[in-house]
Amino acid sequence: MMLELASNNGIANTNETLTESPLAIRGLTVSYGQKPAVFSVDMTVQAGAMTAIIGPNGAGKSTMLKAALGIVKPLSGQVTAFGKSLDDQRARIAYVPQRASVDWDFPTRVIDVVLMGLYRELGLLGRLRARHKAKAMDCLNRVGMRDFADRQIGQLSGGQQQRVFLARSLAQDADLYLLDEPFAGVDAATEKAIIAVLKSLKDAGKTVVVVHHDLATVTDYFDHVFLINTRKVAEGSVGEAFTAETLQAAYGGRLATAQIDQLSRVVG
Amino acid sequence: MSGEEFVPLSLTPLLIGIFAAVACALPGNFLVLRKQALIGDAISHVVLPGIVVAFLLTGVISAWPMMLGAAAAAIVAVVMIEAIRRLGRIEPGAAMGVVFTTMFAGGVLLLEQTDTSTVHLDVEHALYGNLESLIWLDAVGWSSLLDVQALAGLPVELGRIAATLAGAIAFIWLFWRPLKISTFDEGFACTMGIRTNALGLALVVVAAIAAVASFDAVGSIIVIAMFICPPAAARMMTNQLERQIAWSVGFAAISATLGYVLAGYGPLWLGAADAVSAAGMIATVSGIILALAAMFGPCRKRAGAPAQA
Amino acid sequence: MVAALQPRRSTSCRVWSAKQTDTRVMLIDALLLQLGYNATLVAIGAALLGVSAGVTGTFLFLRKRALVSDAISHATLPGVCIAFMIMVALGGDGRNLIGLLLGSALSAWIGLLCLNWLTRNTRLAEDAAIGSVLSVFFGFGVVLLTVIQTMGVGRQAGLEGFLLGSTAGMLWADAMIIAVGGGATLLLILLLRRPMTLVSFDPEHAAARGLPVARIDLAMMGLVMAVTVVGLKIVGLILIVALLIIPPVTARFWTERSDRVVLLSGLAGGISGYVGAAMSASAPNLPTGPIIVLVSFTLFALSMLLAPNRGALAAILGHLKFQRRVHLRQGLLALAQGQPIYERLTLRLLSRAGLARADGVATEFGRARAAKALRDEKRWEVVRTDQAHEAAAALYDGLRDIETVLTKDQIADIDHRIGGPQEIPA
Repeated sequence: MMLELASNNGIANTNETLTESPLAIRGLTVSYGQKPAVFSVDMTVQAGAMTAIIGPNGAGKSTMLKAALGIVKPLSGQVTAFGKSLDDQRARIAYVPQRASVDWDFPTRVIDVVLMGLYRELGLLGRLRARHKAKAMDCLNRVGMRDFADRQIGQLSGGQQQRVFLARSLAQDADLYLLDEPFAGVDAATEKAIIAVLKSLKDAGKTVVVVHHDLATVTDYFDHVFLINTRKVAEGSVGEAFTAETLQAAYGGRLATAQIDQLSRVVG
Repeated sequence: MSGEEFVPLSLTPLLIGIFAAVACALPGNFLVLRKQALIGDAISHVVLPGIVVAFLLTGVISAWPMMLGAAAAAIVAVVMIEAIRRLGRIEPGAAMGVVFTTMFAGGVLLLEQTDTSTVHLDVEHALYGNLESLIWLDAVGWSSLLDVQALAGLPVELGRIAATLAGAIAFIWLFWRPLKISTFDEGFACTMGIRTNALGLALVVVAAIAAVASFDAVGSIIVIAMFICPPAAARMMTNQLERQIAWSVGFAAISATLGYVLAGYGPLWLGAADAVSAAGMIATVSGIILALAAMFGPCRKRAGAPAQA
Repeated sequence: MVAALQPRRSTSCRVWSAKQTDTRVMLIDALLLQLGYNATLVAIGAALLGVSAGVTGTFLFLRKRALVSDAISHATLPGVCIAFMIMVALGGDGRNLIGLLLGSALSAWIGLLCLNWLTRNTRLAEDAAIGSVLSVFFGFGVVLLTVIQTMGVGRQAGLEGFLLGSTAGMLWADAMIIAVGGGATLLLILLLRRPMTLVSFDPEHAAARGLPVARIDLAMMGLVMAVTVVGLKIVGLILIVALLIIPPVTARFWTERSDRVVLLSGLAGGISGYVGAAMSASAPNLPTGPIIVLVSFTLFALSMLLAPNRGALAAILGHLKFQRRVHLRQGLLALAQGQPIYERLTLRLLSRAGLARADGVATEFGRARAAKALRDEKRWEVVRTDQAHEAAAALYDGLRDIETVLTKDQIADIDHRIGGPQEIPA
């Protein structure tokens, strides 16, 4: 956004502002220049579920997530996490940005990136102890990257970079995991590894939200969906909200009818 | 060289040169990694108008008002760059170019319009520095280091630059983790509760203070060269930030030492009578180090794709 | 710079400067080219230089490489010094302008090659490469300056003028070289403008068309170098970069069309060069380089504040208006769905527009508008699911009035499909 004149002027569009949802968004509008990328969106993330945020390219998926987390400043809107203000709950939220958003030539090793996830625990000057390192190694192990701990991050493949980012979020021990396009441009093995980790998080009672672009895998991976195209199109369980009709509404002409037919057959 | 000659004539300029080089190189590492290397360039240009305005306001040539004026000018410049970048939607490089050239031109014009004939205010000093003249006249040899009376006669620049260096070290030590995290991944840093904007501004302010303090002692050429060359050369030597900082400190210290010695004695070795500019020579040496690192450094090539957004 | 800034410098060498003369008269005389041959030639040279710099700078600016010119200009200093030393060694007095300019061009070229090599062959980003070339070449130049200083007092005087530009007491022949150089540079630009335009506006497209992008880029840098070299004597190497950066940025405020940016930038540069040189000639203690830069900045500041659309005032007003629209729209939708409005700004805007009372209850007018807003949302929903309206659907951003993208008939058709007024459940 060019000017940051707007205050946090959200409109509560529903009466459930004090919801205990891990992430509740009300009346969120974000704009770059003078065209809203996200307009007046409400979202209530289902606790303990795996939710996919889907929509066509440029529909505002990543922008919504970034604005909800305060990385991008919204024009209006309110965000609560676990029923409280976001800043109070930062420790319970882990965010995995898009892999391409950072310069991988940064001079650091894999293990150091994972240790960044422990920042809130360590603070400015807290001493890095053996148990912290052990924890980081354990997180790397969970994503199958233990042997790469001492590698320079620039030497990793795209899929490996994505796994390192996931390991960093695991180190945060959060209750809510937000991932921005974790499957974009990764190999099949990595996709499998990531989804296995995410499912294990869900089984442990955590909440997972993923910005996702591959419609074919939605039903396999997720139990809730949130369809967006500047505005919210649909929200709910995969069975209710992921239908030929909602897809048509979100993607419009951009999705060939044949594709939708095929998908809706998958949907059942 | 004997202590009687070295301590009074060369020890203090050498120390001041090394301290200034290291104080600039430390924040320079982060500026280079954040692709803000030219902030250093901009800061060193706007120091001149800051000094001139401080002189016009106070009417005296004295260190503190001038340092304050220069620091204020650096902050004004950063704010203006940011305002032009946002309000005009101009890319940062061009916004920087507009601001520092204008402020520099303003400084020159003010100086030209002001009657400075009664005081010694010229930009030769600002540009080349006067490292060679920062001698310790009260010293008679190494024993003076223990002589309280002689120590009182140390050039004031030494104390200032030492304090600045200590400040830069303290800043980086204290904010090491957030600096590293936010330089690598700003969005993630933000979600960890790190105030990334404030931290970025603090880094620029520390760089500005280092620039102003060094400028006072060694002139603006060293400032730009030390912000960029030692960290850039260090970048080619290692893939770990901790080690990169150590390399850059080493390179800065070597540049300062070798540059000072070559400027003072090089011409004599070549049969010429007079010394050449130490500040210029320090910058030249840092460039040679960078060239060597760029040709032979073990980590001179990129690893990993650049950021897309 | 050194000479220009030393208070003890004599200004008596300005043949046209008479301190007691009314400077306003002098300025008018200067602008009308009435201040003698040299001043006239310098003003013309500066104007030509300004146009060349403005146009060349636009290509750099659009390539997002504005500060490359800073490295090039600082890299001229060692060349000037070495040329001076060689000419002295050969028995001359070292002040031959053409010789000095050739030297500066050579070392600027070497600086540029270093810069390109660093960015291509090492991990350094362009900004770090620029900064290192700039500082090292300049530092080395200063070393050489001090060497020259020891070669004999007074000899250096001619060189210091290259730092900040000095047209005072310039020889007629030198002024001629500058005027001719400015003209020649402009001619070169005219010859190269087509390929340069293609490359700077769309390098990928240019490459696909078979243009040698790398070589054209190099030619562009060659022009930057030419501008720098010609400008050394007038503006000086520290400030010449301003002439390459400020006019394009100024022009960008006034138009979205790139060919017009080139023209306007040339114009802004020409005006700055001409007015600056004339002002400087009209009074003592007005060094040419800084005055040209400050004139250029004045044009920039005015443009940034006042330009329509892209100017700061227009942008702030536009943003406020935009913010109001977002809040009003969100407020109307909330009213339509019977939801409470917590945000004070929204409420204030609604009541000021007569849409709601201060307590948030909709007025009659407000209810009608809210119903319309909700209905429009429903219409949009239909549009966005219908492939036939794909182009229109792409324009949806939550604020756009549906009437602006569809005809009355199309809207009627959609209303027919919706089936009369209805409420959407919250």
